[in-house]
Amino acid sequence: MAIWLTENSKIIVQGMTGSEGTKHTRRMLAAGSRVVGGVNARKAGTTHEGLPVFGTVKEAMEKTRADVSVVFVPPAFTKDAVKEAVDAEIPLCVVITEGVPVHDTTEFWAYATEKGNKTRIIGPNCPGIASPGASNAGIIPADITTAGRIGLVSKSGTLTYQLMYELRDFGFSTAVGIGGDPVIGTTHIDCLQAFQDDPGTDAIVMIGEIGGDAEERAAAYIEKHVTKPVVAYVAGFTAPEGKTMGHAGAIVSGSAGTAQAKKEALEKVGVRVGKTPSETARLMREIMQSR
Amino acid sequence: MDLFEHQAKELFADYGIPVPRGIVAHTVEEARAAAEELTGRVVVKAQVKTGGRGKAGGVKVADDAADAVEKAQAILGMDIKGHTVHKVLVEEASAIAEEYYFSFLLDRANRTFLAICSAAGGMDIEEVAHSTPEKVAKVPVSPLTGVDRATAREIAAAGGLPEKALDGAAELIEKLWCAFVDEDASLVEVNPMILSADGQVKALDGKVTLDDNASFRQPDHEAFVDQAAEDPLEAAAKAKDLNYVKLDGTVGIIGNGAGLVMSTLDVVAYAGEAFPGKPAPANFLDIGGGASAEVMAAGLEIIMSDPSVKSIFVNVFGGITACDAVANGIVSAFKLLESRGESVNHPLVVRLDGNNAQLGRQILADAALPRVELVDTMDDAAKRAAELAAVGA
Repeated sequence: MAIWLTENSKIIVQGMTGSEGTKHTRRMLAAGSRVVGGVNARKAGTTHEGLPVFGTVKEAMEKTRADVSVVFVPPAFTKDAVKEAVDAEIPLCVVITEGVPVHDTTEFWAYATEKGNKTRIIGPNCPGIASPGASNAGIIPADITTAGRIGLVSKSGTLTYQLMYELRDFGFSTAVGIGGDPVIGTTHIDCLQAFQDDPGTDAIVMIGEIGGDAEERAAAYIEKHVTKPVVAYVAGFTAPEGKTMGHAGAIVSGSAGTAQAKKEALEKVGVRVGKTPSETARLMREIMQSR
Repeated sequence: MDLFEHQAKELFADYGIPVPRGIVAHTVEEARAAAEELTGRVVVKAQVKTGGRGKAGGVKVADDAADAVEKAQAILGMDIKGHTVHKVLVEEASAIAEEYYFSFLLDRANRTFLAICSAAGGMDIEEVAHSTPEKVAKVPVSPLTGVDRATAREIAAAGGLPEKALDGAAELIEKLWCAFVDEDASLVEVNPMILSADGQVKALDGKVTLDDNASFRQPDHEAFVDQAAEDPLEAAAKAKDLNYVKLDGTVGIIGNGAGLVMSTLDVVAYAGEAFPGKPAPANFLDIGGGASAEVMAAGLEIIMSDPSVKSIFVNVFGGITACDAVANGIVSAFKLLESRGESVNHPLVVRLDGNNAQLGRQILADAALPRVELVDTMDDAAKRAAELAAVGA
């Protein structure tokens, strides 16, 4: 079992014909994902990587029954690509693109909300979602872990990989990289809720980083709604105020958004917080072994 | 990117927002000339990208040009929360009747924009919001509908502004919204927004944060970059498209992925506590998921040009780019640097994990690079890098 992405998911790639789109379409196919086509208005009717290219998301869905879109288009075109996916009401849209202006993300989020949130948006600036052994939508390396019963949600790509790798003997139901931008579609809370409801998930790893108050809000949610064990890690304890650490969202401004505040909020509701990635893996290992 | 007050006001003026006449001065002499040109009473304001300037003594009223010289003398070179004052804004003094607060900003939690308006302006708005939240109006603004004159008037009224200020405020707010959207800002703040004695609503201060992700469609923003204040290493890294932030310590850090590098900084700082001098990270450097030889070489080059670096920690998780490719990248980086007549003259601790980690470690072992040590785990590698920095210090 998994959340949002299963072996039956049919994936289309918006921006498949670009270099990143091409590379990762190959990787997704190699990982066993059912990629069924791509979207590029200028190359409609052609084939790429042996897959049909459609003019619009709507057409691709009609012809292939696709229910997942992965977006690789450049930042300047991401807003329109996501709006198109929302218009087509595709159930899941995974936005990999890095460097999308926050006004664009805020606008496509408002647009999706106005249309009733029929499309779940993950990202932007995220590694995507992977249900090991079943399907992989995005750029998470498929071969670093195995299928299992841990759910993972993370703002950071490589930290996701690090934890998936360290816990590869237990394996994962689904790992969701929600992205490090200030405004993102799917949040920690959305993932916690889905993992709590997923019979295939026994425990949850949550990875956060400095900036904003998403982790604090997740802690409040966990206290009320999550009964499965949660282990967390927060990166950026030593980050100085006012310096953006790589992710546009990772900046400490004033007293808000510090790793320490996030750690305290999580520990207050019974979440065990690792001081380092390896300690976090060890905490999860203890939980899985005691089951 | 945060703007200086004078830059924010220049931007405001471009959108027709009333701001006091002002001139930037870098020296006492320039301050005198500015005050003479403006005539009458002026305000001398420190230009630093931090709040609390007034409390720190960085904003002073001067009666005439001679007084402005005295005030500029006191303010230039002053340290405000770690920022040295290199320039002042000399501005005509305004006759203030009332002070309000106004801002548009990104509301991360609710994934929308927010207008904040209060009749209790001019002071610490966080304090006002905390002690008397009823005095601060927070109005969500949808990017789909935006703010027109009527909405602007409603927001101003919700903030408790008096009737006599509503028309002027509404006009200013509408224009500020245009600036917020058209300039891809994540914050535009006017505190205080004043009602002058002659009934005009003006921006007496300005704080603007621009979205760096939008630079591809905002070519004009390049001009706002404060080259003088930019750390030379950060500037060099930026020229090479590297994601680099200078920090205070002695352990150079290279890693792939923002989260992993942030985590590396933490682990090194923890490890450093056990050693004399408590070595800490010298920088944040994310070379991205790919980590090609060229990028690795560019990264090593930047870090080695930092005189405070005593040891280097390369922390890579092999994902899409497997560890053998990363190891080859490190080997090529060394060759590339050697061919340019440079050499790696610091101890280098490398931790490779993930895909093909064994193969990657083997490649590095076989290459027998001088001063390179392989350590299996992130924690142990951080300890070793800190230890080497402590020895080298």
